[in-house]
Amino acid sequence: MKIHSGTARSKKKGISYAKWGYIFLLPFFVVFVIFQLIPLISTVYYSFFQYFRKGLQIVGPNFIGMQNYAKLFATDLPKYFQNTLLLWVVGFIPQIFFSLLLAAWFTSSRLHLRGQRFFKTVIYMPNLIMAAAFSMLFFALFSDNGPVNGTLISMGLIKQPIRFLASVSGTRGLIAFMNFMMWFGNTTILLMAAIMGINPCLFEAAQIDGASGNQMFWHITMPLIRPIMAYVLITSLIGGLQMFDVPQILTDGTGSPDRTSMTMVMYINNHMFSRNYGMAGATSTVLFILCAILCLLVYFVMTKGSRDQEVS
Amino acid sequence: MKRRTNAVVAMALAAAMTISLAGCQGGGGASSAAATSSSGEAAESQSSQAEENTASSQSESEGKVLNIWCWNDEFQSRFNDYYPDVQTVAKDKSTTTLKDGTTVKWTINPNKGNNYQDKLDQALFRQESAAADDKIDIFLIEADYALKYVNSDFTLNVKKDIGLTDDDLSQQYKYTQDIATDSNGALKAVTWQATPGLFAYRRSIAKKIFGTYDPGKVQEQLSSWKNFSSAAAKMHSSGYKMLSGFDDSYRVFSNNVSAPWVSGTTVTVDPNIMNWVKQTKEFTEKGYNNKTILWDDKWSADQGPSSKVFGFFYSTWGINFTLEGNSLKTPVSEGGKEEKGNGIYGDWAVCAGPQSYYWGGTWICGCKGSDNIGTIRKVMKSLTCDKDIASKITKDTQDYCNNKAAMNEIASSDYKSDFLGGQNHIKLFAEVAPKINLKNTSSYDQGCNEEFQSAFHDYFNGTVDLAGAKRNFEKSIKEKYPDLTEVKWPS
Repeated sequence: MKIHSGTARSKKKGISYAKWGYIFLLPFFVVFVIFQLIPLISTVYYSFFQYFRKGLQIVGPNFIGMQNYAKLFATDLPKYFQNTLLLWVVGFIPQIFFSLLLAAWFTSSRLHLRGQRFFKTVIYMPNLIMAAAFSMLFFALFSDNGPVNGTLISMGLIKQPIRFLASVSGTRGLIAFMNFMMWFGNTTILLMAAIMGINPCLFEAAQIDGASGNQMFWHITMPLIRPIMAYVLITSLIGGLQMFDVPQILTDGTGSPDRTSMTMVMYINNHMFSRNYGMAGATSTVLFILCAILCLLVYFVMTKGSRDQEVS
Repeated sequence: MKRRTNAVVAMALAAAMTISLAGCQGGGGASSAAATSSSGEAAESQSSQAEENTASSQSESEGKVLNIWCWNDEFQSRFNDYYPDVQTVAKDKSTTTLKDGTTVKWTINPNKGNNYQDKLDQALFRQESAAADDKIDIFLIEADYALKYVNSDFTLNVKKDIGLTDDDLSQQYKYTQDIATDSNGALKAVTWQATPGLFAYRRSIAKKIFGTYDPGKVQEQLSSWKNFSSAAAKMHSSGYKMLSGFDDSYRVFSNNVSAPWVSGTTVTVDPNIMNWVKQTKEFTEKGYNNKTILWDDKWSADQGPSSKVFGFFYSTWGINFTLEGNSLKTPVSEGGKEEKGNGIYGDWAVCAGPQSYYWGGTWICGCKGSDNIGTIRKVMKSLTCDKDIASKITKDTQDYCNNKAAMNEIASSDYKSDFLGGQNHIKLFAEVAPKINLKNTSSYDQGCNEEFQSAFHDYFNGTVDLAGAKRNFEKSIKEKYPDLTEVKWPS
C-alpha cells in the first residue's frame, strides 16, 4: 500500500484513487437518497398539510401550517412516549445485564467454557424469528386458555387462569420480555467482540498483580468496552423508540389495556387507517427530533470520559 | 491485474447491495401492485375500448378476463359450485374458466388489519389507468363498511348500468337492498345471502336448567332482556355461563339503535349501545360470562365439547360455518365427520332470542370501468335472483339465501338440520328476516363498532372506569376518522 501511494505522489499526473472511493460510495448514497432522504423530507413536508382519506375521497393536501402539531400536542402523546421508553427500559436492563454476564463468561480464560459455539447459536436464535411471529407465539402461549395457564393449573399452582393480556403489568411485562429475548443474544456477541479486542496483556498483568475476576471486570473490561457500550445503548434506544411489531401484534393494534402499551410508532400507525399523512407526518417528525435529542444525550454522557482523555 | 479484479469484485458487491436494499425497500409496494401491471400506450388504447364497452353495455365484445376481488373463499366456492356457466376450476383455485371462454381471476386478500380494504382501495384508485384485463370487474363488500363503496363512484348502478330489473330483484329481502342503496336512491350491490341472527343454545344444558330443550319453550325464557338476565342467573347458580364473552350480544344491541353512528361530523352513541355496556358489565361482574373476546381461541373453545357456555348469538353463516366447525371433537381436517357423536354435533338448537338483529353478510358490486357488464349481470342474476339456485344452496350448505320465495318454501317443508338436532332453522330465519331494519347505517360503522368494543373491553376487565373507556373510544375514533370532531354520549 505504502509503495503505491508513494508512486502516486511522485507522479503528479498519477491515477486518482479517490475517484474510486466515490464511485464505490455512490450506490449507497443513491439508495440512501431515494429510500431514506426523500421520504424523510416528504414526511416533514406533509406534516404541515391536511391530507387524509374520507372513505374513498381524498381530502387535501391543504396547507394548514402548524395545526397538526397543535392537535398532536393536545393528545396523549407524552403518554405514548412514556410507554415506549418504559417498555424499552424494562427490556433493556435485563438485556444488558445478561449480555455482560454471558460475554464475560464466554471470554474468560479462567472459566474456559466448553460448547461456546452451541450456546452462542442458541442465545442468538430468538432474533432469527420474525418479531411478528414471535409475538403471535407469545399471544398464543399466554392466552387465557393457552399452554402457560394450562400448565400452571395442572400443576396446581393456580386455580383460575391468569389473564396476562388483560392486565397492564402482564402485557407490558410480556412485551419487555420478548424484546429482551430477541436482543440479548445480539448484544452478547457485540460485547464479546469488544472484550476480545482488549489486549490480553492487561488481564495477564492484573492477574500477576493478584486482581480478582471481579476487579478485572470492573476496572479493565468495563472502561475499555465503553465505546461499544455506547454503540449498543444508542442502537438499542433507537430500536426501542421505534418499537412496533411486538406490541402491535400482541395487543392487536389497540395498545390495550387502557392504551398503556401503545408505542409512538403504533400511534403513527393508527393514523394510517385513513391515510392521514398530515398527522402521521407530524408524529413522525416529533419522534425523529426526540430520538435525535436522546441519542446525542446518551452519546455525550457515555463517551465523556474517553473524549476528556483525548483532549488531555 | 489483481487490483482490477478487486475493483470488479467490489463493484459487484456494491451493486449487489444496492439491488438487495432496493428489493427490501420496494417489497411491500411491489406485492400489492401485482394486480395491475402493464401501462403505457397499450393500456390507454384498451381502456378507451373498455369505455366504449361500458357505454353500450349490451355489447357482445366482452373482455376475456373477469377480475373478482374478495377476502376469503366463501363467494369463490358459491360461484364455482352454483354459477351455471362454470366450465372448469383451476387446481389451485386461482382461476375459473367459464363456458364462453372467459377466465375468472380471483384476487383474495385476507381481511385482517383492514388489509382487504387497503389493497382494494389502492387498486380502485388505479382502475382508470389499468389495462382492460387488469381492471376489477367485481368486488365484494361487507355490511359494516358497505356505504363507503356504495356511496362512491366506483360501484355500478345495479339497475341502470348492469341491467337487472325490478322483477329480477323482487324476491330479495328489502334490508339487503336498503344497505346497498346510495344517498341518491340507486341500488349499487346485491347479495346472495340474508343474515338474520338467532340465539343458538345447547339442548343438553337447556334440558337441565329449564327442564326442556324445545325451541318454543326456551324462547319464552329468553323473550326479553329481563328474562335473558334472569335465565343467566339460573345458569350461573348451576355452574353454567350464559354467554361466552363481552362481544356476544353486541350486535343484538347495535342493530336496534334509533339513529346511525355518525351524522355530519358528530358521533352519537346510542342509548341502546350503552345498554350493552351495562348488561355486559353486570354479566362480567356476576360471572355470567367467560370474559372472552370475539374470535379468540377461548371463544372458539367455548363452542366446543368441553364448554359450559349455554349459547351464542349467531347469524346464518355463523351457525353452518363457524359454530358447526367449533362443535366437533375431531375436526373435519383431522378426519372427523360432521355427524352426531362427534363432539356436540346435534346438541344445538336455535331460537329467536330477545331482539331481532342481523350480523354480517357479503354484497357483490360491479366495478366501474369493467368490460364484462354482461357477465356481471348474469352472475348477479343467477346467484342472487334465481329461486332454484337459492334453494339448492340452502339445502346443500344450510346457508340462508336472499330469496323469499325459495326460503319460505323450505321453511314450510319438512327440511331439518342434523346439526341442530333435527330443527328446521330456516323456518325461524324466515320469520326473523323480514323484521330486520337497516335504516340506521353509516359509512363509519366498521370503525365505530370495532373501536367501541375494544375500548370497553378494558372497562369490563376492570382496568379503566366508565369515563376512561369513553375517553379511549373518543381518542381512537378520532384517530381513525380525522374528519369526526365530536362524540356525544347519551345522558
